[in-house]
Order: sequence, then structure tokens, then C-alpha cells
Amino acid sequence: MRLTLSAQDLAFRHEMAELFTTVVPHEIRDTVLDGGEVTAEMIRTSQRALDAAGLAVPHWPVEWGGRDWTQLQRHLWHEEMQRAGVPTPLPFNTSMIGPVLAQFASQEMKERFLPATANLDIWWSQGFSEPDAGSDLASLRTTAVRDGDDWVVNGQKTWTTLGQYGDWIFTLVRTDPEAKKQRGISMLLIDMSSPGLEVRPIELIDGGHEVNEVWFTDVRVPAENLVGEVNQGWTMAKFLLGNERVGVAPVAQVKRTLARAKRLAGAELDNPLTRARIATLENELLALELTALRVVAHSEEGEPHPASSVLKLRGTELQQQVSELVVDLAGPASLTPASAGVSDLPLWARRSAPVYLNYRKASIYGGSNEIQRQIIARTILGL
Amino acid sequence: MDFTHDDEQLALRDAVRALLRSRYGDFEERRRAVRTELGHDESLWRQLAEMGVLGLPFAEEDGGMDAGPVEVGLVAQEFGRVLAPEPFLASVVLAGGTVAAVGSAEQRTEILTALAAGERRVALAHAEPGNRWSNIATDVTATDDDGHWTLSGVKEPVLAGDAEQLLISARLPDGGTGLFLVDGDATTRTTTTAYDGTRVTRVECDATAGTPLGEPGADVTREIATALDRARIAACHEALGGMEVALETTTAYLRSRKQFGVTLNHFQALTFRAADMYVALELTRSIVAWATMVAATGDADETRRAVARAALQVSRAGRHIGQEAIQLHGGIAMTAEYLVGNVTAHLTALDHLFGDGQHHLSELMTELEKHEALDPLTAPSGPDQEER
Ligand SMILES: Cc1cc2nc3c(=O)[nH]c(=O)nc-3n(C[C@H](O)[C@H](O)[C@H](O)COP(=O)(O)OP(=O)(O)OC[C@H]3O[C@@H](n4cnc5c(N)ncnc54)[C@H](O)[C@@H]3O)c2cc1C
Repeated sequence: MRLTLSAQDLAFRHEMAELFTTVVPHEIRDTVLDGGEVTAEMIRTSQRALDAAGLAVPHWPVEWGGRDWTQLQRHLWHEEMQRAGVPTPLPFNTSMIGPVLAQFASQEMKERFLPATANLDIWWSQGFSEPDAGSDLASLRTTAVRDGDDWVVNGQKTWTTLGQYGDWIFTLVRTDPEAKKQRGISMLLIDMSSPGLEVRPIELIDGGHEVNEVWFTDVRVPAENLVGEVNQGWTMAKFLLGNERVGVAPVAQVKRTLARAKRLAGAELDNPLTRARIATLENELLALELTALRVVAHSEEGEPHPASSVLKLRGTELQQQVSELVVDLAGPASLTPASAGVSDLPLWARRSAPVYLNYRKASIYGGSNEIQRQIIARTILGL
Repeated sequence: MDFTHDDEQLALRDAVRALLRSRYGDFEERRRAVRTELGHDESLWRQLAEMGVLGLPFAEEDGGMDAGPVEVGLVAQEFGRVLAPEPFLASVVLAGGTVAAVGSAEQRTEILTALAAGERRVALAHAEPGNRWSNIATDVTATDDDGHWTLSGVKEPVLAGDAEQLLISARLPDGGTGLFLVDGDATTRTTTTAYDGTRVTRVECDATAGTPLGEPGADVTREIATALDRARIAACHEALGGMEVALETTTAYLRSRKQFGVTLNHFQALTFRAADMYVALELTRSIVAWATMVAATGDADETRRAVARAALQVSRAGRHIGQEAIQLHGGIAMTAEYLVGNVTAHLTALDHLFGDGQHHLSELMTELEKHEALDPLTAPSGPDQEER
């Protein structure tokens, strides 16, 4: 056991801090640090800058831009990235489809997609969930039927995050209607400009538009866009969802938000209840961060570390609690919307309630927190 | 002690419920109403006036119905059940209640009659950018020039502040807080819609003429505090209505939504969470009913304490129930189209209107030494008859 970073890791950390602040434009980082609205364009600019500096996909295999860092170095990379206010590289690209392609796709497919995925030349959407297939993803009904050199896709996906910007969508489709649930599923990559594909917006309770329905009517997809083998989609889905669980644990970001809340609290920081609440949250975050460092969940031979469920479960709970704290610090000022043309109330306060409502999603997506508990109970505790 | 309502009270509740349900029973209608220029339905406001709802807590001579916090609570609860955007809480309970408490006989009759008839909306402009759920005004100041009063400063956020008539609180030249009647159009105003559909306004006065409400130059901090307490109780009831609906919607959904080949109520992990929501709801119902009865005695100090206790419970339960309602639904409850997430949004807004749970807890923490143990039955010995 050792408490401190080695000289080498300290130097690494320093290098990261330096790189992030020089590589990514400060207007973008300031927006993130102020809790502002990060546009698609900012995400793109930032990820391209990271990719050029070899910082977008360090966890990928080296031949596709990975860096062969230790788990600790990856953690430091992520931590420093958050600290500098760099927008997280698009998770659909870097944490979801990228690693799947690197692991399961043909060489040809890797060459075609991986560099463009790392550089965000392709903006990927995740087309897994359907109206009747949420937690029970394997009950999905969107079909792909082979017709000559094409698959013909029909059905509907939903909750497609940022699908309005999507160039391509990776989908799970049913390719064998006869086989048992999980066995008849394949992963298909679909160009979102294909005829018959339609994206429809869904408005969320915070008034924002970040998710969509995606409808497929006789969409023709070249057979070569199927990842790996036919009817092997579930194996890839499990691999991807395991990574997603790790990817969505937002420790560093929540830490930043809490630090910021402390700064913005003003006179409320004199209230002992506020102080107790913040100190408690800081402690819980510390325990979580240390757990992340201790078990650093990773995929080995396609299997994520089971304790990654702890990170997702607790990380999203704390994310939600910190966003709740911020609304309470804003108090009555949380009632005036950010859109108000003239206001004497600070913008962070006017944004706080929609952000709080929006983060209710965090315990629902990426495998709901009930599903995480089930994984802990079954896989870890053997119950 | 009796927690039940009499026939007349139940008839009032049923009538209001029927009217609001016919208008907003389809949640899409409520969404549409919130998006209109006015942010609510003018004709429904008129119907509520005809029913006597807009004059409910006012004296008969002021065009009112002479009812108390119990009746106001029943109505507010129905508003909460359908998320009705009409400004009953802001205009009738809060602004009207303040006029009733502070205004001269003449002012009361003039303003409250118009308000009760649905002919004029009134708003209390009290919150200030630099103040946090305070009873006093500091940012807006009043100047007396030989009996000619003017106000300067900013009020924000003002609930339903696009009303015709504003009641603006201001710091008096000799200290203390006074209230002034101001023509809404004489101020500079911007009104926007909050995340839950509530209308909020920024009101700016720049040497704007105002008429003192009640005795000119008198400090009315206490009266404002009491009016706010009355509004807090009504807000508790509105929240209670929202919590009821959140639980009903959730249990119905658990019975109908299928995953893994069965409806969700087959998962005890979920049904127990619904059971906990029910526990929270029932506890809240009790304490809110109690605080309402305390308020009905007319004892302002006891009311203040009881309101703090009810508001603390409502804040905690509202968060618990609102958050769980979304979680147990899954993604569908995150959508603007679906009722339940909007209920959670409204519960969140109600929580931050007049002081959240922590605000009230901070108050209660200062009073621990004042009692050995709490005894709800020996609370105030006010008049048996309900008082306004
Ligand atoms: C904002 C947002 C963004 C999203 N983005 C994407 C995206 O980009 N791409 C994509 O494919 N999907 C996305 N999703 C979908 C997300 O993965 C699903 O919402 C999630 O899988 C839950 O499914 P559901 O919403 O249908 O809820 P349901 O599965 O119907 O669940 C309802 C409730 O029941 C619980 N439950 C279900 N089964 C069990 C069980 N066996 N035991 C105990 N409890 C159970 C759930 O935890 C939940 O509380 C997104 C969702 C949201 C809200």
C-alpha cells in the first residue's frame, strides 16, 4: 500500500493538467466550469483537439489511438480533464461503440470506423432501447430481415440521446425471430441519413430536447454493416453495457459541482445545516472516489468488474443529491428561468431546478439503479 | 379532535374537483393552457369566481365566503391534483390574504370584491433578489414626500406578477416594512414561465407612485409573516394533492407496465418502494391537517410553528415521493408529455416558494428548549369557531 502518487505519476498528472488547458479552447472550458450549456459544436471541437493530442481515446487498443496507460493514469487523465472543464468525449463514440468495434469488428470495419469515431467525424447514437424494451432490453422487437446484400430494418427505437446530431446509429435488431430472446439479436450500424429513417424529438421535463425517437421503415442497410457474427449481438451488448456502467459514474464531475456549490453558497454557507450537508456529501464522494481507485472497474475478456455497479449506483445518487443541494442554495431564485430576458438573479440559480430534474435520468439510464442492485445481489452476493 | 370534513366542505371539494377535472383531466390541456399568452385559462378563472372560490377566505362584506384555512386547503389540494396553473395560491390566498390582513375597510372591500368576482388579479410583490424567504423588504425602498409615496427597486421572483394590481412591500423611511398598492402597468415588468408552469415576474419600480395599504407608514412585517404562513399552508395542501396523484399514477403504472414478461408489480423491490411512498403521504396528510386546524384558531405564533412543522414534512415527503415516482416509472416519467414528472417539477417549485424544508428546520432548531415534548392536543386554545 502507498498513499501518494509516484514521481512518475505526479509528472503524468502535471502533464495532463498542462495539456488539457492548452489543447482545448478556454471558451469551451469556461462554459463547462460555469455550468453553462455545452453545444454539439463545442463537443466536436473539443474532442477533435483531444484526438489530435492523443487524448480522446486512451483506453482503446494502442493501434487505434489508445495509450496503454495504467488504470491509475487513466483515472488521472479523467480527473484532470474534468478539473480543466474539458467536455467529456462523446461517450457513444469513445466508451460504447469504439471499444465494441475494437473488440469484435472485422479489420475492414475497424479501419472504416475507428479513426472517424475517435475524431468525432462520425457522431454516434445509441439505438438500443425501445418503448417496450427498457430494462428488459432483450425483448426488443425492431427487426432486420436479409434481402440480397442488404438487411431491411423495421421498428422503433426510443430515448436516443442527442440523436438529432447523429450521423450513424448502432442498433440492436432482431435477426432471428425464432430463436430465444437473447440469441436472435445482432448489432447493426446504420447511416442515419438512410431513406426510411426518421428522428422525432422528445421533450423532457426540464424543457430540453436531448432524446429522440428513431423510426425505421424499410431501411436498407448493407450486409457489411453488421458487427461480428449474425445473432451475436447480445454478447456485444453486454460488453458495451458493462463499459457504460463504468463510463457513467460521474465522480470527478460531481466533485467539481460540489466545489462550485460551496463557492456560490454565499451566506447560506453560514447555516450549520448547509455545512453538515456539504460535508456529508464531500465525505460520501471521497468514499466513492477511493472505491473507484481501489477496484478501478475494467473490462477483462469482455467482463466488467462486478463492483462497477457500485460506482454507477452511488455515483448517480450523489450526482442527484448535489444537484438537489444546488437548487436549495438557489432558493427562491430557482423559480426564475434561465430564459428570462431581464433578471437580477444569477444564472446558476435560474438553471438549478431544470438541472436537478434532468438528473433524475441518471438513475434510470445506463442500466437503472434497480438493475444495478440486482447485479450486485446476483453476481457479487450470489443471491 | 376530528380530522374529518363536514358535508359542506366535501361538497366544496367535489365541486372544485369536478370543475378542474373537466378542464385539466386531460393533461395535454394543462400543457396547452400553460403555453398561452396568459399562462392559464381566463374562462376557468371566471367559473371559479362564480363558484365563490376566488373569494373563499374573505369576509362576506368584502364579497367573500367567510371560509377558513380548511376550505382553502381543500381547494388548493384539488389544484395540486391537476397542476392547475390558475393563480389561486398567488392571487387569492397570498395577495388577497395580505389585503384582508392589512388593508383598510375601504381598501378591503374595493380590492377583494374585484378579486373575488374574477375581475381583477392581484399579486404580492415581496421576494427580492437579495433576500431569501424573508418577511421584510430591503431592496425596494419607499419614499414619503408629504403623503405622496414613491417606490424604487426590484422585486423578483414575483408569483403571477403580471396581475393588474400589485401589492409591493418596501422598506419604510423610518425602518420596518410597509405595503403599497401599485398599478401593475406603472412598473417595468418581465414575466416568464418557470420550469413547472408557474408564472414569475421581475418588477422594477423607479420612483413609482404607490398608495399605502392600511395605515400609511405602519410596519406590517408581522402581518406579512402571517399572510405568508397562510399561503404556506395552502401550498402544503397543493403539494399534498400532487403527492396523491404521484402515488396513484405510480401504482397504476406498476400494475400495467410489463418488463421481463410480467407487470412491474411482480417485483417486490418496486412495490415496497411504493409502500414507503404511501407511508410518507399518510404522515404528511396528518401533519398538514393538524397545522391547518392550528391555523384555523387564528393564533399567529402557534400557526407559525405548526406551519414550519408541516412545511418541513411536506418538503421531505414531496422530494421522496416526487423522486420515487419518476424512478419507479423509468424513462417515461422524464418526458414533458407525461403527467408524473411535471408533478415532481411542481412539488419542487412549491418547496422553494416560501421556504424549503431546511429553512423551516433551521427555525425549529432554535425552539427545542421551548417545550419538553410536543403535544399536538394542547396546542393553541383559540376560539372553536374558525377564524379568518
Ligand atoms: C434521458 C435518457 C436518456 C437515454 N438515452 C438512451 C440512449 O441514448 N440510447 C438507448 O438505447 N437508451 C437510452 N435510454 C433508455 C434507458 O436505458 C432506459 O430508460 C432504461 O433501460 C430503463 O428502461 P425504461 O425507461 O423502459 O424503464 P422500465 O424498464 O420500464 O423500468 C421501470 C422501473 O422498473 C424498474 N425495473 C424494471 N425491471 C425490474 C426488475 N426486474 N426488478 C426491479 N426493478 C425493475 C426500473 O428500474 C424502473 O425503476 C435513455 C433514458 C433516459 C431517461
